[in-house]
Amino acid sequence: MIQILFIMLLSALAQLVLPWWSIAIVAFGVCFWRSTRGGQAFLSGFLGIAVVWLLYALLIHLRTEGVFTGRMGLLLFKSESAALPLLVTVVLGGLIGGLSGLTGFLIRRATNPAVSAPRDA
Amino acid sequence: MRYIVTVFTALLTVALIWALNRSWGSIPAFGPLMSPFTGFWQNAEVTRSGDEELTLSGTQEPVTVLVDDMAVPHVFARNDHDLYFAQGYLTARDRLWQMEFQTHAAAGRLSEVVGSRALELDRFNRRMGMGYGAEQTLAEMEKNPQTRAMLDAYTAGVNAWIKQLKPASYPIEYKLLGYAPEAWTSLKCALLLKAMTSTLASGADDLLMTNVLRKYGPTVTADLFPNYPAHEDPIIPVGTKWDFTPLPIPKAPADSGQNVANLPDFALTQLFRHPRANPAIGSNNWAVGPEKSATGHPILSNDPHLTLSLPSIWYQIQLVSPTVNVYGASLPGSPNVIIGFNKDVAWGVTNVGSDVLDFYAIKFRDASRKEYWHDNQWKPVRRRIERIAVKGLPTVNDTVLYTHHGPVVYEAGQKAFKRNIPVGYAAQWIAHKPSNELICFYELNRARNFADYRKALTYYVAPAQNFIFADNNNDIAISPNGRFPLKWRQQGKFMLDGTNPADDWHGYIPAEQNPLVKNPPRHFVSSANQSSTDPTYPYYLNWIFAPYERGQRINDRLTQMQRVTVDSMRQLQNDVYNLRAADALPILLPLLPEKGLTASEQQALQQLKSWKLNNDPGEVGPTIFTEWTAQLMHAIWADDFNEGDTLPMRPPTFDRTLTLMKRDTGSRWFDNKKTPVREHLPQIMQQSFRATCDTLVRRYGSLGTGWSWATYKSTDIRHLIPGLDAFSVLDLNVGGGAGIVNATTERTGPSWRMVVALGPEPKAYGVYPGGQSGNPGSPYYVNMVETWRQGKLNELLYLTSSQVRHARITHRITMN
Repeated sequence: MIQILFIMLLSALAQLVLPWWSIAIVAFGVCFWRSTRGGQAFLSGFLGIAVVWLLYALLIHLRTEGVFTGRMGLLLFKSESAALPLLVTVVLGGLIGGLSGLTGFLIRRATNPAVSAPRDA
Repeated sequence: MRYIVTVFTALLTVALIWALNRSWGSIPAFGPLMSPFTGFWQNAEVTRSGDEELTLSGTQEPVTVLVDDMAVPHVFARNDHDLYFAQGYLTARDRLWQMEFQTHAAAGRLSEVVGSRALELDRFNRRMGMGYGAEQTLAEMEKNPQTRAMLDAYTAGVNAWIKQLKPASYPIEYKLLGYAPEAWTSLKCALLLKAMTSTLASGADDLLMTNVLRKYGPTVTADLFPNYPAHEDPIIPVGTKWDFTPLPIPKAPADSGQNVANLPDFALTQLFRHPRANPAIGSNNWAVGPEKSATGHPILSNDPHLTLSLPSIWYQIQLVSPTVNVYGASLPGSPNVIIGFNKDVAWGVTNVGSDVLDFYAIKFRDASRKEYWHDNQWKPVRRRIERIAVKGLPTVNDTVLYTHHGPVVYEAGQKAFKRNIPVGYAAQWIAHKPSNELICFYELNRARNFADYRKALTYYVAPAQNFIFADNNNDIAISPNGRFPLKWRQQGKFMLDGTNPADDWHGYIPAEQNPLVKNPPRHFVSSANQSSTDPTYPYYLNWIFAPYERGQRINDRLTQMQRVTVDSMRQLQNDVYNLRAADALPILLPLLPEKGLTASEQQALQQLKSWKLNNDPGEVGPTIFTEWTAQLMHAIWADDFNEGDTLPMRPPTFDRTLTLMKRDTGSRWFDNKKTPVREHLPQIMQQSFRATCDTLVRRYGSLGTGWSWATYKSTDIRHLIPGLDAFSVLDLNVGGGAGIVNATTERTGPSWRMVVALGPEPKAYGVYPGGQSGNPGSPYYVNMVETWRQGKLNELLYLTSSQVRHARITHRITMN
């Protein structure tokens, strides 16, 4: 759980100044540092990024009454509904976060045998 | 196994990030685009409010900007440098992408942004000498210290905005197309003016007319393509005296118009498909004098018709400094107000349509094309290399040959991009000549009276405009104005001989001899792109102008109107009377045999007959009339004047066709040469009417509301990037049409409507079909469209002090 909070916090800070793919570095780093299991690493990365992206996108969407969300939905997905832009944003961010987190865990496990045996199942 | 999984996951992750971080063809880079921190989410805006304090290096003293509820900035600067700096900054803030895109297009640089699909367009613009012309104009503008300072300040303002941008704050189009804004330069201001000249003054029927002459000879050509229409009400009222001694008119060469057989005729077999210049691009303006106005002071109206596009063509601004206080519509990319008013005067423009683009056959000495023959000697050819960067591909180098006439647009063997551009000919075009239009607008912004207006106009070169004017001294005036080449009659109606100095332009008509009328007895002045003058004007401007209907209708209405108010001017802007139908139907209907029409065709005919000649959106009459006249014109002329791309020609005008139907119903032109039988006019009438009904039934079902004018016309306001429907406003329910005072057609229409009542304080109203912001994510992107569609106007706030309090001022920006 703490990883998710770390990823949320650090990725939000990183993205204020760095390009979008800094989410990958954050998820990778946090999971490399703290994760103990692959599934958990993926989930932490996914949720850590997806929640931040969802909250920020939703905040902008609501604050601007969704005018542009609809236009972009029409442009990218041929549907004026805000659902698809929001969903794709969340899934895309989450997927990159999750895969990066998983990679972080896997590399740590590959380089540090101490992690290789899960402590519990 | 474990290592394989690790490596695989790591590679997959990296590959996915890489793939999402770049564009794939027209699919944008989704990673940065979807990120709420950098992507499109960042472009979503809320209604503007809250004061802003900006620290910008570049202003000399603090600048105060009051912003109203339409997001119009009212700029109060303490000197002109700061004024134009602020104009550049604020315009870029709302319109940066558009400013850059339009000037990239003019410079032939779109391939850099969109790749090879724009290559032929870029090549065309460069080969027409757009970049060359902009360089000539910039050099001329920079010779004048005033314009140079103005350009530098404006450029610095634009760059002050660009400099603080981060990728997250780039306009959405950059994010979609995957590129970044570059620094603004003064050259781009010049390119913008060239783009306007290209839009408004690049019409050329020279090739098409030459082919007509080649095929039918001089007698038929003169008969079908007269130099003055049968119906006309010229801009300068008939009877106006020319109070100047004209220059001697140059002598036409003995073989003028006859020498086409000798002109080279390079194969024109391979042409790119490209539509003809849009005839619906035109404009209206008029001004009534104190005798006709309810206020006792002049009232002026202007609505320039251009392609309906987003971001909007115009940007409203008020500019105030110790030397000026002007409000109006500016062009993003150019300092000053282009159409507007100050406390003493108001002015507006419509396009003139004079012939300022001519083509010259070039005789090269040999295949090396280093010299060409002119005035009995070999003269050197200059080479200009155009380096066209193409996204994702190597740079394309294109060599253009320049003669003293101008660039050889296409050499033998090359393909022309537009069907009216001859291959093997040099283009002489007003856009290539040094000019300084900025000083004209600089002076108009500050004009106080008629004398100031006259002085300002002398600086203006292109695209020639009918400058309308009204002032507080109760003067009204209009002048078709620009730099007009001094020509022999019909020079440039056909292509010219590049070896003969008699075919060169012979200097220019002196600016003070450009047509002008001031305070005419009818107490109003007006223009709608029709002929500038009647044939008594000593100089030749062109053989063809826009059809007369809009101008005539405006003049008819203004003649009748008394005690004119702002609102009656507004109503005239929205007038939808179809004068063409009023002229044509009494001739067409008696010629249409009703016997033989089916019951549903009879019904359609009844609809047409009972139509009140108004192009309102719900009417069916204009749909039937418009489709029928198009079918009829095609039926009469296509067999004679459409030989495809082997011999591109233009058909005679509607005006000439109507005269033919009136006076010569047995004419051989009514026969369709492509059939073995001899057709006569009544058959053509019935066939075309039947084809009209068939077409409309096929497209809209049986006669009914589906045939309504708004549905048929389907007016769209489209984003500058083709196909971006999501950023466009489509299928507007709006009336009007081509040749109608409310000239709203499928893709063109009033791009700015303004009415100014002069007086102790100017009262002004205006609207354009869009909004102040170019950002599709802004509430100010299309917020004025509905007002425009309804034909209403917003009051334009003319402020006299930065301290003023007004309910419509939403916030204040201070630049330090």
